[in-house]
Amino acid sequence: MSTFQSARSIAASVSTGESSAVDVVSQHLARIEEREEEVHAFNLVLRDEALQSAERIDERIAAGEQVGPLAGVPIALKDNLCTRGIPTTCSSNILDGWRPPYDATVVSRLADAGAVFVGKTNLDEFAMGSSTENSAFGPTRNPLDTSRVPGGSSGGSAAAVAAGFSAMSLGSDTGGSIRQPAALCGVVGVKPTYGAVSRLGLIAFASSLDQIGPFTHDVADAALLLECMAGHDPGDSTSIPQPFPSLSESLDRGVAGLRIGRIVDLPSGADADVVASVDRAFEVLADAGAEIIDVTIPAFTYGLTAYYLIAPAEASSNLARYDGVRFGSRVEAADTNSMYMATRGEGFGPEVKRRIMLGTYALSAGYYDAYYGKALKVRRLMAQDFATAYESVDALVTPASPSVAFPFGSKTSDPLAMYLCDTYTIPSNLIGHPAMSVPFGAGENDLPIGVQVLAPAMGEPTMFAVAAELERSAGGNHV
Amino acid sequence: MSDSATWTHEGFEMVVGLEVHVELATETKLFSGSPNRFGDDPNTNIDPVSLGLPGALPVLNRQAVELAMRIGLALNCTVQSCTFARKNYFYPDMPKAYQISQYDRPLNIDGHLEIADGIVIGVERAHVEEDTGKSTHIGGSGRIHGSEGSLIDFNRAGVPLVEIVSRPDIRTPEQARQYVNELRAILLEIGASDARMEEGSMRVDANVSVRHPGEEFGTRCEIKNVNSVRSLGRAIDYEARRQVALISDGGVIQQETRHWDEGDGRTHTLRTKEDADDYRYFPDPDLVPLDPGDEWINTVRSQLPMLPAARRIRLAEVTGQSADSEAIATVVERRQDDYVVAVVEIGGGAERVLVHVKEAFSEQGSEPSVPAVDLAALVAMEVGGELTSTQTKTLLGDLVEQGGGDPKAMAAARGFEAMDTSELDGFVDDAIAADPDAWAKFCAGDGKAMGALVGHVMKASRGQADGKAVTAILNSRRG
Repeated sequence: MSTFQSARSIAASVSTGESSAVDVVSQHLARIEEREEEVHAFNLVLRDEALQSAERIDERIAAGEQVGPLAGVPIALKDNLCTRGIPTTCSSNILDGWRPPYDATVVSRLADAGAVFVGKTNLDEFAMGSSTENSAFGPTRNPLDTSRVPGGSSGGSAAAVAAGFSAMSLGSDTGGSIRQPAALCGVVGVKPTYGAVSRLGLIAFASSLDQIGPFTHDVADAALLLECMAGHDPGDSTSIPQPFPSLSESLDRGVAGLRIGRIVDLPSGADADVVASVDRAFEVLADAGAEIIDVTIPAFTYGLTAYYLIAPAEASSNLARYDGVRFGSRVEAADTNSMYMATRGEGFGPEVKRRIMLGTYALSAGYYDAYYGKALKVRRLMAQDFATAYESVDALVTPASPSVAFPFGSKTSDPLAMYLCDTYTIPSNLIGHPAMSVPFGAGENDLPIGVQVLAPAMGEPTMFAVAAELERSAGGNHV
Repeated sequence: MSDSATWTHEGFEMVVGLEVHVELATETKLFSGSPNRFGDDPNTNIDPVSLGLPGALPVLNRQAVELAMRIGLALNCTVQSCTFARKNYFYPDMPKAYQISQYDRPLNIDGHLEIADGIVIGVERAHVEEDTGKSTHIGGSGRIHGSEGSLIDFNRAGVPLVEIVSRPDIRTPEQARQYVNELRAILLEIGASDARMEEGSMRVDANVSVRHPGEEFGTRCEIKNVNSVRSLGRAIDYEARRQVALISDGGVIQQETRHWDEGDGRTHTLRTKEDADDYRYFPDPDLVPLDPGDEWINTVRSQLPMLPAARRIRLAEVTGQSADSEAIATVVERRQDDYVVAVVEIGGGAERVLVHVKEAFSEQGSEPSVPAVDLAALVAMEVGGELTSTQTKTLLGDLVEQGGGDPKAMAAARGFEAMDTSELDGFVDDAIAADPDAWAKFCAGDGKAMGALVGHVMKASRGQADGKAVTAILNSRRG
């Protein structure tokens, strides 16, 4: 589907001097110039900064230096990743004027690998949403059909790749915020194993669920980007203190001999075109030599409920620091409590407020056991059910999103309908397992459908092998 | 009747439990690398974690855990695998609007501390948490209410604390003072904290209730703002009497937090139970459970120094004094007992050594400037009759002033040479000749007259005569 150059090919030609990083970046900036007004993928385009860093990369290459595996690759960053000295807003008014004094670990790792950052992308405020309609700065449009949403919350990052504004981008995924927009925009999106990628410098929504991951044109680029950013970071206590497995060998491995699970008690609600694509994915995998095995995951169906207690609970605490005292916006008032209320009342949008209230309630004295405590039990149950399933299979395949990209406004008046977008993606966050969406087939109006591949913790090599097979069978997104 | 041993008032006894917060003497903060240092310029020891900036993550300080384990082991606690929790509340000097603390799984549980007369005070728990910043309110009374503005210093934010919670085993103000003094001595001995109440590195809150002995516990009030051990006794005494008076008048004690006012010697309502925050504790998802493990626990245990109680017993054995004596308590409190033991080992004279150290070394630390050999030599001269006690005191003063020296040479320099008997006989002859009346009275059995004669000898010998020897000569002459 994609007509854009892969990051691998950009890095290869820039590294050999075949093309210049400045030219590559200029091409992407030109596309931004052309379509950004329509798409609104970015909160901030780093035009001058990108050209300057591309120049430096070209100079280093001219001087015979090795620049790294992402030499000259234009990358967009979700605007909840801290960038030193560059505004980082979470698409919220409450962070107005704040410039982080440090880079997120992933940002420095990608810079070290030779990446060029072209901008900070739009998101649902504080990553809370599934359509990027909750941004304080206006929605992002799906580049494939601008009357429709790009998904969310990482809608800007998904759109940036789909529109060719950047060769790759980073998003964050708390309940599906990478995989669902990837599905809706027809790109590859990965939520890595919890702890595989450092969260240091990612502005937290729900710390036990958040994970940073890549958006790319194809599976091989996703493997490359993930390898560049994953690995232990002593600055994040939840970072896995082990080397991240290599993914490059997985891409051509195929699926022969792999056992791939079909969850027979998967919650219903996916559109027929999505179900058909997933069915065809199983056929294709079986044809390629995989064994398709039916499994049950009874707790899957409780995932959404548990998630909408745990994520808001953590968010209510994580977002308490936006109090107008030390940074961001402040609305002056007569006393401290009034200042808090005025600042937070004006600074946060309605969805953020809704979740703060939900989470505060779920943790309150007298309600903790009934809500948050019970959600933690579901989480443990979910982990057990998946562990049981993985005794008989190596990976699982499900829909990524219940539907293709939907029109603006179609779910905004009904928060629960919007929450259902995350039905198939949430369990992986609750149990910390990796999952990714790979474009596979098309549905209504020829809009792309994403098939989700799930694997156990640190099972990325298997997951990528399955995703690569689906990509090959779908006709490929390779150039 | 209220004295040090018992406290009863109109048939009521007091029931007191203490919550003692101590700042740990670590190099850096509990969750970041900023220095843990008191007295620096405001907001110089800060970093993204201390300020609770978006994207910042805590990383637990190993030294803090080790010091906290030392405290637990010194208080006979069980050290266990534990978790960190968030205590959520808004306050301007609380950067994240939550405090990272421990809730249902603290590091240390079920210990005890023995105070005088074999009384044992239970220690329920000793958990690790972070300190807040410090607010200075400008204008008004100096408290937040009615002030014109507030300045916040975040140097203290994130400084490691251990909160030591006693069981409600304290029954008198004196026991409370002893508990705090003994706890402080232990903290100093194990190097866990400098435990200075006036600098706030040790803070004591008291939970006070009253009851008729043998009855159920009464409703308690928590007393804050107690800034010295002396105030602690006064505050508890006042509060218990207030409660007794209220009950005797037919009133009911309301659970509340009360503020001790040093000026008027009373406690005042700070907030009632209805105003109390719901802290919405939940496990901090940014941190992983801490399991110190037997090996680390045993290493820390084996490195614990001799604790004050054991030191008092040892010093009592070495000097032949009672372990409860003031001299023993004072010298151990000053941590000069190792020194006394060293001096005694060199030259004996244990009782004199103890007295000299107690009297003359009050300004000295745990390592007095006078070398042990010098004090041992001085005491040997005193015990051997070469110096009078007056001369010894003088030379001791010289030793302290000069930071040591050879007592023999110093005695010679002062002209403190022991007089032989013929020289003394001469002084006695002169004294009798100078005051025949006194001699006559002395011979007639008037003991007081001896003083005048000895005085003559002392004056004539410029204080160098040994009073005991003079008395002996006078007695033998009288026959």
